[in-house]
Amino acid sequence: MTGLRYVYAVCRPFDAPLQSQITGVGGAPPRLLRHHDLIAVVSEVPERDFAEQPLRAHLEDLDWLTETAHAHQNVIDALTVVTTPLPLRLGTVFHDDSGVRVMLEAREEGFLRTLDRLSGRVEWGVKVYAEPEAEEQPREPAKVTSGRDYLRQRRRSRQAHEEMWEKADRFARRLHETLSECAEDTRLHAPQNSALSGAPGRNVLNAAYLVPRRNSEEFVELVDRTKNEEPGLRVELTGPWAAYSFSGEEPGDRESDGMSGENS
Amino acid sequence: MTVIERREVALVDLLDRLLAGGVVITGDLTLRIADVDLVRIDLNALISSVNANVPAPWGGSE
Repeated sequence: MTGLRYVYAVCRPFDAPLQSQITGVGGAPPRLLRHHDLIAVVSEVPERDFAEQPLRAHLEDLDWLTETAHAHQNVIDALTVVTTPLPLRLGTVFHDDSGVRVMLEAREEGFLRTLDRLSGRVEWGVKVYAEPEAEEQPREPAKVTSGRDYLRQRRRSRQAHEEMWEKADRFARRLHETLSECAEDTRLHAPQNSALSGAPGRNVLNAAYLVPRRNSEEFVELVDRTKNEEPGLRVELTGPWAAYSFSGEEPGDRESDGMSGENS
Repeated sequence: MTVIERREVALVDLLDRLLAGGVVITGDLTLRIADVDLVRIDLNALISSVNANVPAPWGGSE
């Protein structure tokens, strides 16, 4: 029985050895498949899990998805130590090595261009949350004695709510502008649904920034400085990531959508 | 604050990148499933697990 080929990333050939202990998706160690001046990082995965139908089914299984996403990310992390990888989307599977080679051949020029553009850059993720505590609560749990009281109270809380959104929105826009000046490229991801992320507050900015490695410290400090700027707003930084959000061939024109944000 | 080594990666952050980012390769040779499906699957899987473990915050009882 032959396995399928799971491809993690494409990169330029590199000299440093990959960390020896890493295992890829499904437990097999990743290996390098060279084609001209490109390398595909692949590992063998069993057909029973990665053929189209089982893969589809697995992707609906959160435990499987979690494990697979982390395994994918571990390989990308290990690559990031030795080179600038161009990560592929989760679940990119080929029938065999020659399928991978044909793909490399077909997309060679585009890959080389993108790798040049990303070389020495990393991605930082910045999220802003409006925290529920910031919503002004009436001090005393005001007794509702009449319908009119009730309506008045409702209106007050709605106004406070709207002001908070405007404030959050202004803050997020300003932060995005500031950070964009320090970044070579940016992407706005759809806001994360708080029910899914488990993070408190409502996610009002979910952005990715492409930053040269050497400017990363500066970028992180810039984010840090904003952290306590506005009460009720929380800023979260993630990274450094491989440039997942910037792996498209055309810089600057792709924004992910499709997932709507909150559905409360 | 250190620039490197921030290990605890939240699944949603990871999926924002692994399912919405990364190079998309399509063609006969690949078994990768369509974009739209992945985004939906991401959401479906997460929502069903949220529903199983935690009462949804918007699910007020009457």
